[in-house]
Amino acid sequence: MGVLFKTADTVISSINEFLDAIDQGALVFKQGVNNYLNKETKEFSDNIETILKLESHADKIRKQIENDLYIYSLLPQFRGDVMVLLEKLDDIIDTAKEIILQFDVEGPNIPIELNNDFSKLTDASVLSVESLIPAVRAYFNDVNAVKDRLHRVYYYEKESDKLADNIKRRLFKELENLKLSEKIHLRYFALHVENLSDVAQEVADLLSIMAIKRSL
Amino acid sequence: MIFFFLSSGLFLGWSLGANDAANVFGSAVGTKMVSFKKAAIIAGIFVILGAVIQGAGGTHTLGSLGNIDAIAGSFTVALSAAITVFYMTKFKLPVSTTQAIVGGIIGWNFYTGNPTNIDSLTKILITWVAGPILGAIFAVILYQLFKLILRRTKPHLLKLDAFLRLALLVVGAFGSYSLGANNIANVMGIFVSAAPKTDLDLVLFTLSGIQQLFLVGGIAIAIGIFTYSKKIMERVGNSIVQLSSEAALIVVLSHSIVLFIFSSQSLSDFVASFGLPPIPLVPVSSSQVIVGSIIGIGLLKGGRGIKFSILGQISIGWVTTPILAGLMAFFALFFINNVFKLKVTEDSELINPFTQKHTEIDSNNTYNTISDTSILTNAFNLDSQFVSKPKDQYISIENDTVLEKVNLQVEDSSSTPILATNNSELGTSSSLWKKFTFVLLALIILLIIWYLFSGSKFDESKNRAIVKKMEEFQKAEQELIESELKNANLKKQHLQNELKFKNRESVNFALHIIQKDKVFQKLKEKIDKIKNETDSDNRKQLIQDLSNFVNQNLNTDKDKESFNIHVEEENREFFTRLHQLHSGITQNERRLCSLIRLNFASKEIASILNISPKSVEMNRYRLRKKLSVPASQNLNDYISKI
Repeated sequence: MGVLFKTADTVISSINEFLDAIDQGALVFKQGVNNYLNKETKEFSDNIETILKLESHADKIRKQIENDLYIYSLLPQFRGDVMVLLEKLDDIIDTAKEIILQFDVEGPNIPIELNNDFSKLTDASVLSVESLIPAVRAYFNDVNAVKDRLHRVYYYEKESDKLADNIKRRLFKELENLKLSEKIHLRYFALHVENLSDVAQEVADLLSIMAIKRSL
Repeated sequence: MIFFFLSSGLFLGWSLGANDAANVFGSAVGTKMVSFKKAAIIAGIFVILGAVIQGAGGTHTLGSLGNIDAIAGSFTVALSAAITVFYMTKFKLPVSTTQAIVGGIIGWNFYTGNPTNIDSLTKILITWVAGPILGAIFAVILYQLFKLILRRTKPHLLKLDAFLRLALLVVGAFGSYSLGANNIANVMGIFVSAAPKTDLDLVLFTLSGIQQLFLVGGIAIAIGIFTYSKKIMERVGNSIVQLSSEAALIVVLSHSIVLFIFSSQSLSDFVASFGLPPIPLVPVSSSQVIVGSIIGIGLLKGGRGIKFSILGQISIGWVTTPILAGLMAFFALFFINNVFKLKVTEDSELINPFTQKHTEIDSNNTYNTISDTSILTNAFNLDSQFVSKPKDQYISIENDTVLEKVNLQVEDSSSTPILATNNSELGTSSSLWKKFTFVLLALIILLIIWYLFSGSKFDESKNRAIVKKMEEFQKAEQELIESELKNANLKKQHLQNELKFKNRESVNFALHIIQKDKVFQKLKEKIDKIKNETDSDNRKQLIQDLSNFVNQNLNTDKDKESFNIHVEEENREFFTRLHQLHSGITQNERRLCSLIRLNFASKEIASILNISPKSVEMNRYRLRKKLSVPASQNLNDYISKI
């Protein structure tokens, strides 16, 4: 029986490590976008490297947790849900990595006037992820607190929607000196950054259902 | 021989193990939190321990209800109870081993004329009702307490899972111990008279005769757990655990406490030491306590989804099971006693109403009257048969001699003065009346309940048919929804692919425009340079550079690249089929095939591939040869049919 508690401790620390990786991934993403906006190429490259490492680390831990859940038959009632949750959380860091790489590969020409808007959009998107992590931790420790934490995710998701819309509006209605191609290109980047908060919202939806299931 | 007689009790023990172990470990095994093997080993060991250490209390109460002193009587009663349980379970009627055995004992009392101890009976009946109620109360209290602890400590889900596993094992062990302690009386209680008279010394401890008997019963229960409880555990477990693992743990714990309370002599003595009435030590139905506990938690959660009809079923079980088992025992005892000529009680004075009567005749000559016999004849019709057929097969050996005496006395009655009937005689006949009125009443009650229950069963079967139809309808609807969902998913997938392609196209388009801008910018710079150049040689050189630049950009035109991507996307399936038919085809030939398939003319193909029309013709010829297309067939037709 001691083994059971020991295994539980190991899996708990793995879950915490995984959540830390996601959280850090979001922060590095924010830093990366800001560095790109400020044309700090070296720092931006470092950010890419870090996020790649974090993403592969998160993947590794997720697989390890899933293996442990099956091998030791842990959480027989909630195993499926927890595994889907971990996979969805992994999508967050995957999305963040993908966006950062798109910045690197496509090198969108972001005019200085839009720097602030892109920075705000990134902040809102990352905040939605940052608000999600405590809700996920609450699911494991204090299921009644999940709902209280999730409303922030929804709030920041809506905020990032608004900010992305604002960027698109400014692109096509105000910034006339930009070429159409550049406008289209930048529109996609606004969508990419906003997408991060959409993924966070998907996880929040899943989490709220899971919390209801646990409290039954 | 004794093992043959014990077999019915062992069978009862086996069925108890098979059915009731699921109440203790069902939730743990059903949710796969504990493996069946582990659960069966723990349940088996603790059932035996409970039976041997603490099984005496319930047995004493059953003994006070009816002390079955002949092994054949015990065998018959246990067999009647086992058959009742078996058939009622088969027909999915609510049943409990406890109630069956109590009914059997009362049946034995009726048959043998042994008085039923009303105090013991009342005590037993009260505990039957109190068991589920107490289960519900304990479940509510424990559940609230558990929730409070969880709210305070906020354990991690995985820690809670580990704790629940451990707790389910510990509580399961406690439940098994209580089950053994409480329910062994049902299995072996009536065989106490057959217990060995000598103690068994096992070095570390000594087992008394009764404990040895209980050990055998406990082993029978354990065998029942190992051999037959797996399926029931998985089925019952799933229905219990619909609440949650925490609730299931509480349900098992409250059930175990109730069973323990009704079997612990020390606890009863402890309560009595405070001047309170001692706790009756009575075997209670494990399943009914479980149901009570579940309902308690259900009520705590707002009472949604509780099937209150189950309470009605339990109440019906309280009446039908003992009556059915009692009747069965009564007739079985009659059969065993008269056909196999086996003694069902050691006290021959008790057996058969007639024995009582004739014994009295022997001791008191005032009964030797014809009117005396006629009173009996009137009181009980069968009596006249016995009188006319003194050696009737229905009457026991002991009775035969007595009846012969009666006949003799009847013959002499003409010369004897008729004496008035005395009070004791009337008492005997009225006791006969009482017994058979009871039996008749029991039959009537049983018939009424059966009628009511079969009515509800009929309604139930009607409802079940409706539910089945509704389920079928829902299933069909679900299948339809699923297929729609599948279609929608496919459409979504298709749209997503399209979107992906369009996105790539847009990005390509954007990049292409940027590229074009750059080219035009450079072109403008070069033209400006030429314009400003005065030296003719340099100018010529610059014009040549310009021409090269234009050619270079024409060759690497992004338009073509994007067109090629588009063509590749459009013809993906075609390429797969083409590759299957002609695996040795080159990249250029593949592209030519795709353009022919799109019905482009040779001139157009030449322009797209940036080669001369003649080269296109040559390539077509080579392609025809490679694809082995006969001269009679058009190459375009062949390719379009691939």
